[in-house]
Amino acid sequence: MIEIKNLKKSFDDKAVLKGVDVLFDDGKCNLIIGSSGSGKTVLMKCMVGLIKPTSGNVLYDGDDFVNMNDIEQKAIREKIGMLFQGGALFDSQTVEQNVMFPLDMFTNDKYTKKKERVKQVLARVQLKEDAYRKFPSEISGGMQKRVALARAIVLNPKYLFCDEPNSGLDPQTSLVIDKLIQEITQEYNITTIINTHDMNSVMEIGDHITYMHQGEKEWEGNNKEIILSDNNKLNDFIFASEFLRDAKRMRTIQETGEIPEDMPAGVKDAIEEKLNVDLDGDGHIGDPSKNKPPSKE
Amino acid sequence: MAGGMFRKPENPKMYWKQFMLQCNDIGIGSLGIICIISVFIGAVSTLQTAYQLVSPIIPKTTIAQIVRDTVILEFAPTLSCIVLCGVVGSKIASELGNMRVSEQIDALEIMGINTKGYLVLPKILAGLVTIPLLIMLAMVLGIWGGRLAGTAAGIIDPSIFDTGLVMAFKAYNVYFALIKSVVFAFIITAVPAFYGYNVKGGALEIGHSSTRAVVVSCVLLLLADYILSALLL
Repeated sequence: MIEIKNLKKSFDDKAVLKGVDVLFDDGKCNLIIGSSGSGKTVLMKCMVGLIKPTSGNVLYDGDDFVNMNDIEQKAIREKIGMLFQGGALFDSQTVEQNVMFPLDMFTNDKYTKKKERVKQVLARVQLKEDAYRKFPSEISGGMQKRVALARAIVLNPKYLFCDEPNSGLDPQTSLVIDKLIQEITQEYNITTIINTHDMNSVMEIGDHITYMHQGEKEWEGNNKEIILSDNNKLNDFIFASEFLRDAKRMRTIQETGEIPEDMPAGVKDAIEEKLNVDLDGDGHIGDPSKNKPPSKE
Repeated sequence: MAGGMFRKPENPKMYWKQFMLQCNDIGIGSLGIICIISVFIGAVSTLQTAYQLVSPIIPKTTIAQIVRDTVILEFAPTLSCIVLCGVVGSKIASELGNMRVSEQIDALEIMGINTKGYLVLPKILAGLVTIPLLIMLAMVLGIWGGRLAGTAAGIIDPSIFDTGLVMAFKAYNVYFALIKSVVFAFIITAVPAFYGYNVKGGALEIGHSSTRAVVVSCVLLLLADYILSALLL
């Protein structure tokens, strides 16, 4: 469990974090969302110690990371795994060497045991053996993210941080990465914090979502609550996605049986055809040009 | 920057491995260019010295003496190190700069690794070990190149050249050159490491920091050359 208490960070006179309070639970995918410049990356960097906050606390299972000395911080850092936006794989090392690096540095295990563990985590992230000896520049972006994820979990971390894990990936690969992170989170009961503005991820794996706006926590909830939220700033952010607007309209239809006024005609007709009901009372099911009579039911 | 460098290593074996890797990169990696420039510097200095010593009353052994002393005192340590500023310095600055920009340094820090100790210190130590060795090799090859050029051009007989080499030889000159090479080695590795490690931005900034690192280390190297000569000769 990680608890953020009244965290503030300013660069010169510009306040980037204005007193953020959040609680991130174990075994859950905790998402931090927000538009660019909202402070989510700074928040994550303050949590892992890459940036020192101006004030406030970051509590790892009750221990305040901000006020720890170097040795105590190092002990916490050994329990942290982080998946960076660009993967941050070591260019001069192969896939296998990249994943083995934390084991080499922090364990005294024999080579065969380390190799076995590397094989195990690479299999866990669904990476085929023929990629093991390749260099990061020789594999695709999706594979690089999987290798980075394998490296992040190879020491069985207690806390997993993912900074925009889906950036630069196609929707299908993004889904695979999201599912992997979710499965690993639940499997090892780790506290996972994901920085993202990918709404597909939000809807797929958002057990706990924190919406950041201009350096403040604007809203928090889960992926079921988010599309029904009446927070205007959040709605402006999430309903920039047509897919989510449709999802919200569908939810309105399900709950009220009424067609929302802003429903595009094409979508409305498709729903009528699917349900075989004249929802808008125009005397037609679906596209009026087809002139299909309404159902008697 | 130096403050964080000297902490207890997380795993001494990994630090040793990194040090050996850097010795290979800096030492073996620069061997070819050092060999080429040393031989040619020696050869050219023989030809130019012979060209200027036209008086029949000056013995030909003087050519060997001048070549020996200029190669040992100046050409081998200073010219070789200026070339190494470009070769090694730009490599260190761009390597660390790329690691900084692509968040590889952040990744190491989050793992709990002392990045200054793991990435910067082995480079400096490897430079301090390998660059003086390269300079010693450059001295030998420079003198050999001079002997070769003198013989090939028919300027000086090899046996006369050899006689001149041992005449009025001062071992202190070699010590002085080695002291210079240690100071230069520190400049060649530490300055680019500083610029590379602290780079901010993207690919463009990596290029800028690499160029700046080479320019600053070259100027510092020449300044150190002057100060050491003034103090020690």
